[in-house]
Amino acid sequence: MMGMPITAEIVDQHATEETFNEVFDYFAHIDEKFSTYKSTSEITAINHGTLALGDASEEMQIVFAMCEETKTQTNGFFDIKTPNGKYDPSGLVKGWAIWNAAKLLEKKGFENFYIDAGGDIQPHGHNADGKQWAIGIKNPFEQSENIKVIYADEEGVATSGTYIRGTHIYNPRAGNQPVSEIVSLTVIGPNIHDADRFATAAFAMGPSGINFIEQLPGYEGYIIDKNKIATMTTGFEKYTNPRA
Amino acid sequence: MKKYIIAGVLVIAFVAYLIFANKSSAPVAVTTPAATNPTSSPATTGPTSLPTTTGPSGNPPTSTPTTPVSQYKNGTYTGAVADAFYGNLQVTVTIQSGAITDVTFPQSPSNGHSGEVSAFALPVLKQEAIAAQSANVNIVSGATQDSQAFQQSLASALAQAKS
Repeated sequence: MMGMPITAEIVDQHATEETFNEVFDYFAHIDEKFSTYKSTSEITAINHGTLALGDASEEMQIVFAMCEETKTQTNGFFDIKTPNGKYDPSGLVKGWAIWNAAKLLEKKGFENFYIDAGGDIQPHGHNADGKQWAIGIKNPFEQSENIKVIYADEEGVATSGTYIRGTHIYNPRAGNQPVSEIVSLTVIGPNIHDADRFATAAFAMGPSGINFIEQLPGYEGYIIDKNKIATMTTGFEKYTNPRA
Repeated sequence: MKKYIIAGVLVIAFVAYLIFANKSSAPVAVTTPAATNPTSSPATTGPTSLPTTTGPSGNPPTSTPTTPVSQYKNGTYTGAVADAFYGNLQVTVTIQSGAITDVTFPQSPSNGHSGEVSAFALPVLKQEAIAAQSANVNIVSGATQDSQAFQQSLASALAQAKS
């Protein structure tokens, strides 16, 4: 799960090395527990049948309950059960862990920071210039470029995407050409936990995923298809200008 | 309550798609490179609904109309009543020659019987060609390469769409 860079920036002066260590230790703890790549992790024990969910840790049970709730909320598009019958909750754990780490900093009295794990971001307060955090949406076709800038306060920003040719939707009346293939979907939500889980589910819905986000109160989305055409929800653009 | 709201959203998306499919009469087939169905080719499959039309089995409160997904047969089908935000919604579709020829609403949130189709139309979302931005940013949001969870979620959704 955590084969990804984690970045935390704290603007507030009283942050120490210890503060950052606590944040990264928390992610390490989550990785130890939830990584399906680790033979010693709790999730691996569950998948091997050597640990029953009922005997698992409270954290594990909370995560499974949230995954089940998300599955219901997305009509089955969010599902941690893999085709071979194993469980992989990483589609939810990452956003949840970022949110928990942000709450940990809040509890310590920090006001102005962000936490970024693999491109999913929880900002808080303002940046070093005293302005809103400016979050670029990466160009899925050119990794070094941004194609949009979002200005956020406490909103979580999550992007789901793939560089693997996963799904194709064909129009049989148009010579079986793929008509739409979604490569990137960014969701802005009330926090990174909710933005991430709904981004994962909406991405799985294909082109209609943006309509799912459109109908979710408090969420905005920006979807990019293989032809480099973006579709945005009606309220998305209010995030593209910094607040005066 | 929230799950009912989302169920409503999915129903609305489904209805909007049905209307779109009906108007354009251009069947759209959903498939994967690995998906093979010896009994039908994409051209004869007929309209295939977007994956939003299939709910997980054993999930009656949020299930959308039980129209077959990959192979529509001629007839008139009425879906289960679903909670659609402001009231109940029920959809009836008529299939002729594998294509949707009519969509009606025995129950709709607006008036409890035959509703206005336009009442369910989604807003037309703004589109643009993506272009590089030069504005300074503090952080970058992008998909990680190890999108295994996504792949699995997607596989799960497509498995439902084919069932």
